[in-house]
Amino acid sequence: MPLDLINLANVVISGVLTGLVYGLMALGLSVIFGVARIVNFAHGEIMTMAMYVAVFAFAFFDLNPFIALIPIAAVFFVFGYFLQAAVINRFITRPEQSQFMLLLALAVIIMNALLILFGPDSRNAQLDYLLESIELGPLLVDRGKFYAALVACGASAALFAFFRCSRTGTAIRACADNWLGAKVVGLDVKRLYAISFGLGSSSVAIAGCMMILLFDLTPGAGPAYTLLAFVIVIVGGLGSMSGALAGGVLIGVSEAMAGLFIAPSAKGMFSFALLILVLLFRPRGLLGGRS
Amino acid sequence: MNGRAIFLLASLGMVLGMLPFVANDYVLSVATLFLFFAYAGQAWNILMGFAGQLSLGHSVYLGLGAYAAAALHYHFGIGPWAGLWLSMTLCAALGAIIGALAFRYSVSGVHFTLLTIAVAEFMRIGFDHFTWIGGSAGLFLKVSQRNQIDLLNLRGTPAMFYYVILALAAAAFALSTWLLLRRPGYYWQAIRENEDAAQALGINIFRWKMLAIIISASMTSLGGVFLAFYYNNLFPEQVFHISRSIEIILGPIIGGMGTLFGPVLGAALLALLADGATEVLAATGWEIPGLKQLIYGIALFVVMTLLPHGVWPELARKLKVSK
Repeated sequence: MPLDLINLANVVISGVLTGLVYGLMALGLSVIFGVARIVNFAHGEIMTMAMYVAVFAFAFFDLNPFIALIPIAAVFFVFGYFLQAAVINRFITRPEQSQFMLLLALAVIIMNALLILFGPDSRNAQLDYLLESIELGPLLVDRGKFYAALVACGASAALFAFFRCSRTGTAIRACADNWLGAKVVGLDVKRLYAISFGLGSSSVAIAGCMMILLFDLTPGAGPAYTLLAFVIVIVGGLGSMSGALAGGVLIGVSEAMAGLFIAPSAKGMFSFALLILVLLFRPRGLLGGRS
Repeated sequence: MNGRAIFLLASLGMVLGMLPFVANDYVLSVATLFLFFAYAGQAWNILMGFAGQLSLGHSVYLGLGAYAAAALHYHFGIGPWAGLWLSMTLCAALGAIIGALAFRYSVSGVHFTLLTIAVAEFMRIGFDHFTWIGGSAGLFLKVSQRNQIDLLNLRGTPAMFYYVILALAAAAFALSTWLLLRRPGYYWQAIRENEDAAQALGINIFRWKMLAIIISASMTSLGGVFLAFYYNNLFPEQVFHISRSIEIILGPIIGGMGTLFGPVLGAALLALLADGATEVLAATGWEIPGLKQLIYGIALFVVMTLLPHGVWPELARKLKVSK
C-alpha cells in the first residue's frame, strides 16, 4: 500500500477505536433519554466525575483503570439511581424546560465542585503500555485505544443483552414504549426510571474510565463532553441505542479525518455544523432511528 | 401594575440612580455587572419567558454584537454609537436565520435548545480562527485614561459605564413591559402555553416567534457592545462560551421566568449571594476559583426544586403587588 493510504487507514482505525468509546458515552445519554425522556445536560460532567475517580484510583492505589471501572460503574449506578429517585422523578410531570434547567444546575455544581476540589491542573493516567502499538502488517494500532474500545464494546453488548434478555430490561423497554400502559399493568415506573438513569450513569462512568487513557482531564472538560454526547445521539437518532454507538463511530472517524485536513482545533466546527444540519433536516437522526 | 408596584419601582430607580455618589469602585463594578445581567436576562426572557422558546446559546448574540462593534472601532476607529447598529443588524439577522430555519422546520423543545447551543459553539470555534479580529489571542481595545468621560466613544469612568448600563436595563424593562401588556405579549403567552391551541385561534405562530427571537437577539447584542467597551478585551473562548449563556439565563430563572421583574430580582440575588460569599471568603484569606459559579449552580438547583416559578411570584404575593 502507498504510504498515504496507510496513514489514512491508521487515522481511520484510531477514529473508530476512539469513536467506540464515544459511542458508549453517548449510549448512556440515549438510555436515559429513551426511557425516562430526561435530557441529561449533566452527562459530560458525570463522566468527568468518573474520570477523576479513575485518575485518583490509579495515582494513589495504583489501580489499573481496566479493573477500577468495575467498582466505579457500581458506584455510579447507585449515584444515578438515587439522583433519579430522589430528585428528577419529581420533575417528570413538569415542563421539559424545567428538567433541562435542573440538570444544567447539576452540571454547573459538579463542574465547579471538581474545580474547587482538584484545581485547574490537567491530569492523566500514565499506563506504561499506552504508548505501545500493535502491528498488523503495515498498520499500527494503539494498544491503549484498542483495549479501551474492547471495553466499550463489551459494556455496550452487556447493556444490549440486559435490555433484550432480562425481565427488568424488558420491563424498562415496556416503560419506554408507553409509560401509562406500563403503569396500568403494574410496573413500578419510577423505580424503572431510576434503574435506567443508574445504567446510563454507569455506562458513561465506564466510558470515563476509558477516556482517561485517551485524553487529558481538566475540571472544565464537562460541557464539551456533554455537547459531544449530544452531537452523537442526535446524529444517531435521539433515544436509539444502536444509533448512539454508530453515531459515536461516525463522529470519532470524522473528527480524526478532520484533524488530517484542517487545523485540529477547528475540527469541532465540523461536528457542530453536522449537528445543525441534522437538527434541521433529519431531526430523527442520520442513521434513521425509530420515532 | 398598581400604585404599590410603581412606588417600589420608583424607589428602586432612585436608589440605583444615586448609587455612584455613595458607592466605591468595587461596589460600583458589582452593581454594573448586576445591571448587565438584569439587562441580558430581560432580553433572554422575551424569547423564553414570554414566547416559551428555550435558547441556551444567547452568548452567540453577545459575542457577535461585541465583536462587530469592537472590530469597527479597532480597525476603522468607528465609535460604538455607530457600531451598535451593525451589531444589532447582524444579530437580528442571525436570530432571524436561526428562527426561520428552526420554526419553519418545526424544530422545537430540546432540539431547538440544542440548535442554539450548536450555533453558539460553531461561532465560538469560528471566531477562534478568525484572525482579522484577533482569533483566539483576543481583541484588545485601546484603554484611554479612565478619568475623562468621552460618552461619544464610550470611554470613561466606571460611573459613566454604570449609568449607561442602568439606562439600558431601564429601557429593556420598559420595552418588556410595553410588549408584555400589549398584543405581542398576549400572543407569545398563548404560544408558550399551548402552541397548537394558539394556532387554532388563528395566531400566526411563526411570525410571532420570529418577532420574539429577533427582538431578543438584537437586545442581547447591545449588551455585547457594552461588554466590549467596558472590558476592552474580547476572547471567543469567553464571550461565546456556553457558560456565558448559562449566566445570562440564571437571573430570569431564579427571579421568575415570564415576569417583568424576575430578571432584575434574579440578577440582584445572584450578585448579592455570589459576590457576598466570595467577598467574605476573600476577606478571611480564602480565594476559591469556581466558588461563585458553584453558588450559582446551587441557587439554580434550589430554585428549580423548591420554587419552580422563581422567587418573584412568591415575593410579589407577599408585597401585594402584581407580577
